[in-house]
Amino acid sequence: MGYTAVKGGEEAIKGAERLEYAAAEGSGLTVEAVEKGLKHAVDAVMSEAGLYAPALAARAVAEAQGDLAEAAFLLRAYRSTLPRVGYTAPADTGEMRLVRRVSSAFKDVPGGQVLGPTRDYSQRLLGLRREETPQPDESPNGAVNAGEDGKLSRITDLLRDAGLVAERRPEESGEPFDLTREALRVPAPRSGRLQSLARGEAGAMTALAYSSLRGFGAVHPTLAEFRVGHLPLRVEHPHLGEEVEIGEVLCTEVEAVGREMGYGGEGEDEEAAMSLGYGLAFGRGERKAISMAILDAAIRAGAERAEGPAGPAEDEEFVLYHTDGIEATGFVEHLKLPHYVTFQSSLDRLREVQRKGAKVED
Amino acid sequence: MKIESLLGDRSPGPSYNYAFLDEPSKRELRRKILKAVSIPGHQVPFGSREMPLARGWGTGGLQLSLALVGLDDVYKAIDQGSDASVNAVNMRSLVARVAEVETTLDTREATIVQTRHRVPEEPLREDQILVFQVPIPEPLERVEPRLSRARKMHAEKDYSKMWLFLYESVAKHGEITVGARYPVIVNGTYLMDPSPIPRWDLPKLHEAPYLSLFGAGREKRIYAIPPHTSVEPLEFEDYRFRIERFPGEAQCRRCGSTDTFLDELIDEESGETYYTCSDTSFCDKRLAAREER
Repeated sequence: MGYTAVKGGEEAIKGAERLEYAAAEGSGLTVEAVEKGLKHAVDAVMSEAGLYAPALAARAVAEAQGDLAEAAFLLRAYRSTLPRVGYTAPADTGEMRLVRRVSSAFKDVPGGQVLGPTRDYSQRLLGLRREETPQPDESPNGAVNAGEDGKLSRITDLLRDAGLVAERRPEESGEPFDLTREALRVPAPRSGRLQSLARGEAGAMTALAYSSLRGFGAVHPTLAEFRVGHLPLRVEHPHLGEEVEIGEVLCTEVEAVGREMGYGGEGEDEEAAMSLGYGLAFGRGERKAISMAILDAAIRAGAERAEGPAGPAEDEEFVLYHTDGIEATGFVEHLKLPHYVTFQSSLDRLREVQRKGAKVED
Repeated sequence: MKIESLLGDRSPGPSYNYAFLDEPSKRELRRKILKAVSIPGHQVPFGSREMPLARGWGTGGLQLSLALVGLDDVYKAIDQGSDASVNAVNMRSLVARVAEVETTLDTREATIVQTRHRVPEEPLREDQILVFQVPIPEPLERVEPRLSRARKMHAEKDYSKMWLFLYESVAKHGEITVGARYPVIVNGTYLMDPSPIPRWDLPKLHEAPYLSLFGAGREKRIYAIPPHTSVEPLEFEDYRFRIERFPGEAQCRRCGSTDTFLDELIDEESGETYYTCSDTSFCDKRLAAREER
């Protein structure tokens, strides 16, 4: 029956799926190639999915044929099938085996600026052959030779010791909020806010952070430090009570400092200090971690300002409810589903109004 | 935390639990359902999981169904009243696949009917559960986009903005212009969004013998209308709530029905408007009964 175009049986769905996959048939793209060659895609997908699993993320990128929103969605949905086993002990990013570490606040920092792998300072000329070919012994995601065993203390610790950055009282104690197990409501606990941003969509977050920098908000911080490295994670041993290292995750951390970012400190004396915005993303997620740090600070500034948020970036509900890529893409694309019934219902109202209008004119 | 559970499964590929979600997640859902049933019409927040369908495509309803479903259940899914609509087909095959459950097109045979945008034409019994997919659970969203403020309005039972909204539509257009998603008061207390069902379906929910559950996956809310609960649309004494009207001569081109919600269609050849039942399974049944006679 051809009476409506959108209705179809199982056959139509199978056919549509077949067509979608047919285009990539025989491309020779392997999951391994994606994991090794499309690192940034794999990192972005893990970050948005909230699941650190490079091999599964690479599989998702391959199955989604490079549609990263779709890949993140695949991995996040898979995450729903996993029970929560427990929490790690709080991780100290000072223990990262560093891959990259840069401070934009100081020219000379203890341990030095460690550029690591980046194209930040290169000419972006499409198709230009690289002059420098990688040396076989250079492993771009291996730890660099910084400090003892690749570890360096954090710049913000130095700033805190010097009384330049407010010492913040922890806003929560006990178990952190778990975004994957509870609905986030605003005002959110800070652990919930940071989790929400950590799973956010990089593009959406960049746009909002950018709006703050352009004046739709007051926050325009300096990066005390951003670092990329392998962060060791520990869990408490159930019998011995000792902390046991269970592995490392590659992640990017950003600490942004500035005035006009809310105080969040304790006591009068700290009002003269700078405050901090925090960003952390799985993998090499520098753009996202910077945006996260700006938004973390902007939300606090908006909440503490007497006259309220100075722009969308400072509005917690606006930011947190609209930066989740999986929710946003899902809902925007649901408009492709049939809406005959609701449309019929609104047509009925429109016709009723038109009918009445016509009567008045008579 | 048990170290065994960390080391338990070391196989590299994905593996799946019965009914997709892990057991603690399903337990949480069932607890939240109980809370929702205890407070009719009140939105209960829950830790909505990402499902293998996109957000906004019925993940709330799907989570409710998967938390409830067992091997003895019979599951039916409709979209716009139709079992054959693409999303309904997809939903049905997914639930059958992950929960190994029997599925049906017959409303009377199902123990769980999951729906998008319709209440089936055939009345459900008390041993059946109707699960709604909800895009926007907050009825005040039309007048207050901020959930934090809307929550306060519910707490204070302050629905004046909604009344004003309806009044303004009467003042401007001489009619209440809300089409689908018509706001209702449940159990004389909470204002509730019945999901985008047509106004046609609202009277069926009033004092219905069965349990209606509403799941909003993206917005992370569950709410419920327990059996035998009052569901009253907002209306004025002089401007009443009214269901959709179809032109006098309108009837289903297939089964001849004049008492069901109809889809309006255009004949490709003649260009004329015609109608068919939106509830396709009901239409098929009537057609079969008529042909038997």
